[in-house]
Amino acid sequence: MKKTMMGNYAASWGAQLARVQVIAAYPITPQTLIVEKLSDIVADGELDAKFIKVESEHSAMAACIGASATGARAYTATSAQGLALMHEMLHWAGLARLPIVMTNVNRAMAPGWSIWADQNDSLSQRDTGWMQIYASSAQEILDSTLIGYKVSEKVLLPTLISFDAFFLSHTMEVVDMPEIELIDKYLPPYKPDYKMDVNDPRSFGALTDEQYYYEFRYKMQKAMDEAVDIIKEAGKEYEKITGRAYGLVHPYRCEDADMILVTSGTIADTTNVAVDELRAEGKKVGNLRIRVIRPYPKKEILEVVKGVKKLAVIDRNISPGYSGIFSQELKSALYNEVDIPVRSYIAGLGGRDVKIEDIKDMANDALKNDAPNDLIWKGVKI
Amino acid sequence: MVIKFQNNDKPVIITGAKDMPPMAAALGSMLQNKTGSWRNVRPIIDYDKCIKCFICWKVCPEPAIKIVDELPVIDYDYCKGCLMCAEECPKDAIDFEKEGK
Amino acid sequence: MRLTIPEHEIMTPGHLACQGCGGSLAMRYALKVFGKDTMLSIPACCWAVIDGPFPYTAVNVPLFHTAFETAAIMASGIKAGLMVQGKDTTNVVAFAGDGGTFDIGIQAISGAAERNDDVTYIVYDNEAYMNTGIQRSSATPHGAWTTTTPVKHYKKGPKKNMAEIMAAHRIPYTATASVGYPEDFCKKLEKAKNTKGFKFIHVLAPCPTGWKYDPRYTIKLAKLAVQTNYFPLYEIIDGIHYKQTIKVKERKPLKEYLKYQGRFKHLLEDEVQFLQDFIDENYGLLSMKFE
Repeated sequence: MKKTMMGNYAASWGAQLARVQVIAAYPITPQTLIVEKLSDIVADGELDAKFIKVESEHSAMAACIGASATGARAYTATSAQGLALMHEMLHWAGLARLPIVMTNVNRAMAPGWSIWADQNDSLSQRDTGWMQIYASSAQEILDSTLIGYKVSEKVLLPTLISFDAFFLSHTMEVVDMPEIELIDKYLPPYKPDYKMDVNDPRSFGALTDEQYYYEFRYKMQKAMDEAVDIIKEAGKEYEKITGRAYGLVHPYRCEDADMILVTSGTIADTTNVAVDELRAEGKKVGNLRIRVIRPYPKKEILEVVKGVKKLAVIDRNISPGYSGIFSQELKSALYNEVDIPVRSYIAGLGGRDVKIEDIKDMANDALKNDAPNDLIWKGVKI
Repeated sequence: MVIKFQNNDKPVIITGAKDMPPMAAALGSMLQNKTGSWRNVRPIIDYDKCIKCFICWKVCPEPAIKIVDELPVIDYDYCKGCLMCAEECPKDAIDFEKEGK
Repeated sequence: MRLTIPEHEIMTPGHLACQGCGGSLAMRYALKVFGKDTMLSIPACCWAVIDGPFPYTAVNVPLFHTAFETAAIMASGIKAGLMVQGKDTTNVVAFAGDGGTFDIGIQAISGAAERNDDVTYIVYDNEAYMNTGIQRSSATPHGAWTTTTPVKHYKKGPKKNMAEIMAAHRIPYTATASVGYPEDFCKKLEKAKNTKGFKFIHVLAPCPTGWKYDPRYTIKLAKLAVQTNYFPLYEIIDGIHYKQTIKVKERKPLKEYLKYQGRFKHLLEDEVQFLQDFIDENYGLLSMKFE
């Protein structure tokens, strides 16, 4: 069934289709619509779930952790400051190996107060043991929620699905809602091996000294490694029932490209249009959208970019004191593998629009200049 | 594969990650930790004086006083020697001696 | 054989509590009453260590170790998870120290209390951050030495009145208890177990290590705290009906309670008197509320 909806509602419907059992959330712009809609869905009896209206995001994540530890499917949504407040509990969910799925509307960190898009909020949580998906359409938000649970419950790692504030959270798109019967088959109830169970009383998360802690980290890394293939499989299986394919990276017109733009989020969709226009001008340019940044799809990226003459990364985020984060990750993936010059652009921080022309500017700049560059500020007013 | 919880006083053998669950879920009981070795003084119940009020049993924080055949019996495997039992005994029926004598 | 508290044990010996630990007694009693169909949420506190390191546990019920400020909400989350799976009867108990309750955890407690989530919150109060090495908390009483309130700058100002804060949320059940009165404590635990909604029990749990006394005196001090009116035992139904559960006929001088404890030994006569007056005034205010 096709419906026109805002990106935020696609997250709500995704959670509903996933039959989440416990929702715990705290309001923050621009996430509010997600949990308002879910409140309605639960109140109307369209979803058999318990919704805990918590007093902070820190508690939202803690409640999801508690619920998930008992074997319930748990969901929350947040943004920026809220995600930052959760930080401690994100590590907790990761190391407790709980398959929670969370939606994060990418919003710039304060101060100054900003409610507009950039990715510094979620990328600041990169090392918490969560898988991270960056969606670029409302459809993908809904689909990723379902795929997220599928993968999370298999590898026992939580999933964070992020997408740009307003550009996607509050814009209307047509979304195909899969039939619940199909989704029920795709995503059966969560049945963990280890959970809080009075018939099998164990403690979880006890003091763990150097004899064992290291091995838990090792196991987490192994799970992340496995997740690469499991994400692909889950994507393929999802394609069978919906016709929509999802991988870790989404290349667009990359096959014969001389230069590939590396993008994420809504910028990636705009870049596809820019690529079409550049191609029309005879420039052999492609776009590689990074959909999943943890686990990092190194092999998948190398497969696409090998043989290309140049790479240009566009980051709607920055690690102050170095450079854009997708750029750093890309360069670390290339090192020791292939020798391709990379030009790295920062664009659109704090919700500044990144238009087709802006992307073409960056692409043309990269085409013209062969020298690698770690940090080019697109459109900054000096 | 679930690693079964071992509910006895034996240590859990872990040689590496393969013997561990994905998260720090307990695999065994603290019964394996014989805290009797912490003890400096050993409480001793004088059953001639004992009136079976079980206050000693009630106040033991381990608990290391069991009820056996309707009598309080100190489990020296676990008694840490805090002497709360001796202090609270209304009949002064619990004396103590230094360990290692 | 006549026992005044339940006979069966759930907690096992072998745990890592110090000799004479009031907090481990509180757990022992709580589990006796709550039974096997119980789950625990335990934040950073002595019990995060007492239960034992991975791969071991001593409580014999499912226990989730959680972050310092989340004992209450973790319990709420666990309860919600159980309810959606039809396991409504399982008791969910948050068991936290005074630091995790009076200080860093108070926001989540207030949230769970306001929502009236169906969990029991037990704070075992040893009046400082004992697990980290005896630093002052807002449960530390006036006059006490701790490692962050050294003798020259001992703790000034009263202990936070947690029971009143909880009563102000109009939760169905609030109680104070002392490990020196296990029958009274068990009765309160039983009431909490049989009451729907958010229950809060504040149990005084003397700490030989932090209070600097011979471990044999834990029960004695837990009783003296009550008999001096330092720690009156009462319960509050629906936040408004106050009932004293252990009546003290003739209160003992506070000195009797203080003299065993190294943490008060620097106090001069006038400070002891100040503390005595404060305790009496506090009790006077409280006793007016008893029905």
